[in-house]
Amino acid sequence: MSIKLKINGTMSEVEAAPGTPLLWVLRDTLRLTGTKFGCGVAACGACTVHLDGMPVRSCQTMIEDVGDSEVTTIEQVGGEVAEAVRQAWRELDVVQCGYCQSGQIMQAVGLLTETRSPSVEEIDAQMWGNACRCATYQRIRGAILRAAEILEA
Amino acid sequence: MSVKTSRRGFLAGAAASGLVIGVDARGALAFGVQAKTRDFTPFVRIDTTGRVTVLVKHLEMGQGPATGLPTLVAEELGSDLSGIRVEFAPADNEHYANTLFGVQLTGGSTALSNSFLQYRKAGAAARAVLLQAAAQDWAVPVAELTLENGTISGHGRSEGMGAFVETASAMVLPEDPPLKDPAQFRLIGNPDLRRTDTPAKIDGSAQYGMDVHLPNQMVAVILRPPRKGAVLTGFDAAAAAAVPGFIEAKEGVGGVVVFAEHTWAAFQAREAIAAEWDLSGAEARSQADLRAELSAMVSAAPAYEARADRPMTEIAAAVAGAPRQVEAEFFFPNLAHAPMEPVNCTIEPTADGGVILHDGCQFQTLVQAMVAGALGLEPGKVRINTMFAGGSFGRRSNTDADYPVEAAQAFALTDRSRPVKLVFSREDDVRGGYYRPAVAHKVRIGLDESGAIAGWDHRVAGESIIKGTPFEGGMVQEGGVDPTSVEGTRDTPYRIGGMFVGLTDSAPLSTVLWWRSVGHNHTGYVMETMMDQAARAAGEDPLAFRLKHLTGDAPDQRRMAGVLRAAAEAAGWDDPLPEGRARGIAAHKSFETYVAEVVEISQSDGRIQIERVVCAVDCGLAVNPDVVKAQMESGIGYGLGAVMRNAVTFEGGEVQQVNFPDYEPLRISDIKAIEVVIVPSAAAPTGVGEPAVPPAGPALANAIAALPGGRLVTVLPMAENGVTFA
Repeated sequence: MSIKLKINGTMSEVEAAPGTPLLWVLRDTLRLTGTKFGCGVAACGACTVHLDGMPVRSCQTMIEDVGDSEVTTIEQVGGEVAEAVRQAWRELDVVQCGYCQSGQIMQAVGLLTETRSPSVEEIDAQMWGNACRCATYQRIRGAILRAAEILEA
Repeated sequence: MSVKTSRRGFLAGAAASGLVIGVDARGALAFGVQAKTRDFTPFVRIDTTGRVTVLVKHLEMGQGPATGLPTLVAEELGSDLSGIRVEFAPADNEHYANTLFGVQLTGGSTALSNSFLQYRKAGAAARAVLLQAAAQDWAVPVAELTLENGTISGHGRSEGMGAFVETASAMVLPEDPPLKDPAQFRLIGNPDLRRTDTPAKIDGSAQYGMDVHLPNQMVAVILRPPRKGAVLTGFDAAAAAAVPGFIEAKEGVGGVVVFAEHTWAAFQAREAIAAEWDLSGAEARSQADLRAELSAMVSAAPAYEARADRPMTEIAAAVAGAPRQVEAEFFFPNLAHAPMEPVNCTIEPTADGGVILHDGCQFQTLVQAMVAGALGLEPGKVRINTMFAGGSFGRRSNTDADYPVEAAQAFALTDRSRPVKLVFSREDDVRGGYYRPAVAHKVRIGLDESGAIAGWDHRVAGESIIKGTPFEGGMVQEGGVDPTSVEGTRDTPYRIGGMFVGLTDSAPLSTVLWWRSVGHNHTGYVMETMMDQAARAAGEDPLAFRLKHLTGDAPDQRRMAGVLRAAAEAAGWDDPLPEGRARGIAAHKSFETYVAEVVEISQSDGRIQIERVVCAVDCGLAVNPDVVKAQMESGIGYGLGAVMRNAVTFEGGEVQQVNFPDYEPLRISDIKAIEVVIVPSAAAPTGVGEPAVPPAGPALANAIAALPGGRLVTVLPMAENGVTFA
């Protein structure tokens, strides 16, 4: 079927079978490969994108369910919160292999958009579903706290 | 730009000429302008604008060589690290070999250590000829010129180094360029340096193998045998025809290869195919069989002697006759590496009849040869575009180049006109073998009157990583010992009054492979929990007991004691703990690096939470201290996550785990805090990618055993053997 999607501020018309996860339309059709495939069952968070600003797992978001919602991916996520998060990620050098980090950043931006000054417990609860096999968690936590500080300044 | 390379795309936009420093066919330092450098392998390129490019010969899978190797060049060249371009080297065993192994391979925690002098010399050579060139152009003595941050200054003049590239290219390269005095280092050892790959990894632009999208490519997935030894007898792909994007399904690669226009179609089509298997010769054992077999092996006489300070019977008798004895038997299950990026490889046909592999390639030399063999090509016709790898932990370097060869075999099933991208799903990864071996240990320790270890009888039984592979001839020792099965036991830095280590090999239920820190991930657990048990039996503090067995000033004992003291001090080892809290300590040497860790836990309503991990590392000179710290954090998390709750288990020969929900990775809330202390050292740098793994599990186990009513967990993972985590 042909479906219209608003992705990163642009309307795109794509051909995809019903039931196709948004993840694969982003990666294989639109070549937005910053959004990663990690597990396909919403257990790792590597595929996290924003739907109207809210983090969702694109591997479990069927293409026909996106509707009029605006999809934002790591390539284009911007604004004050995203900039603070990226700055903090740079300052703390969070990344190692880096494969999960698009999803981590999208989840963190969602968290800080909702909660400007999260506690450590809130960070752990909100980031729990984003796996990192390099175990960069300590720096993810620290970078979210740092981003909150940047946003407050 | 005419540098020999297999990488596509990066050529555009580079300067037309430039200075290249590398090695010639004899392996000696060499240089020239690019137009004249046909027989010449570059490490550093400098163009006429002064832009520096470093060719990194190691895979960047997270451990930092794409930062560490350029740091070495930048230090000697007097450049700013952030201005350096990083490229991954092509497959070229002659010149980009790991100097410790003689093959192009990233592994064994050696990327930085084997490159340390090589890349510094390349940077120093560039600096020397550029200064000479400036001296010649300006007609001034070279000794009066300096090169800092890309600018050559002296005699009242100052100019960017790019201006001297042409002149430098015609000069004679110094045979042994002077290296900087370590006292003058600005970058090496600087904790403020940041990774070169961070920018691309936080905006989605970093390209991994999984991101390859070549014109007209097909995606292939494999419907794999349900058990080791199952043979395909037939399949029905009729239902797959209804999947939009499905191309075809063919028997091959040990199962059914499913070709499709895109990844989702390949996955869907595979689901729709019904395959039949002949299971008559297939593996049928279950986890209980495996445990019973290994347990029997460690209780019987070993097949091989790995260390015998005295005859086995004598040491066994000394232990049995000692006034105090400690004994325990351990079981370690198979483990999957589960890197975040499921492995994948794209084979691209080229006009000259060869192929380009696009892969986060860890073992270029072997992959090139094996893929060439699979496709009937000369190795020179197989080029490798090494990309970022989304983790490996050992999975990507194996003795049969499994997934690149599978990609080649899938490609060979086609008419070879379209690129083929072979993709693993997470299920393929978790269920597909190449696991950490399942291993059992049995240890009996005898303590003398003074509470010192008088005898240590250690039996290991498990699946050999090396036997049955092409590496057997080179690695298995006379007498039959696979050193990867016993490393970390017989070479312990502890001074032990009489040690015997015996080994028996078992038949694996699946393919087995090195898993971050190889043998040390189980031997470290056994050695360091048994040291604690022995300390307890001797009525001594676990730290004091360890130090008592690390006397003398030999490097092994001094450095191991050094990290133990540093970790204990940073953790406040002697400070009293509130009720419900406990600490455990462990130390281990692996890959020439010494790491000690103190794990502090709390227990509430029977649930255990890791509150804090304090780590001290002695890895010689820390080239990038923040990368060293990051690798300690990473190894601690990787090691703890596995001992807490990971296992691959078998039922009737079939793997029972499927994906992350039942092979649960460490999560952010599992460890509340990690602190890392780097023990200052001027010794040559050693590995950091793996050595934090071995002490993590035993430090946790020792903390759990130290709780009131606590006991030592000897069967892993902990969560399935009586420990409940918060």
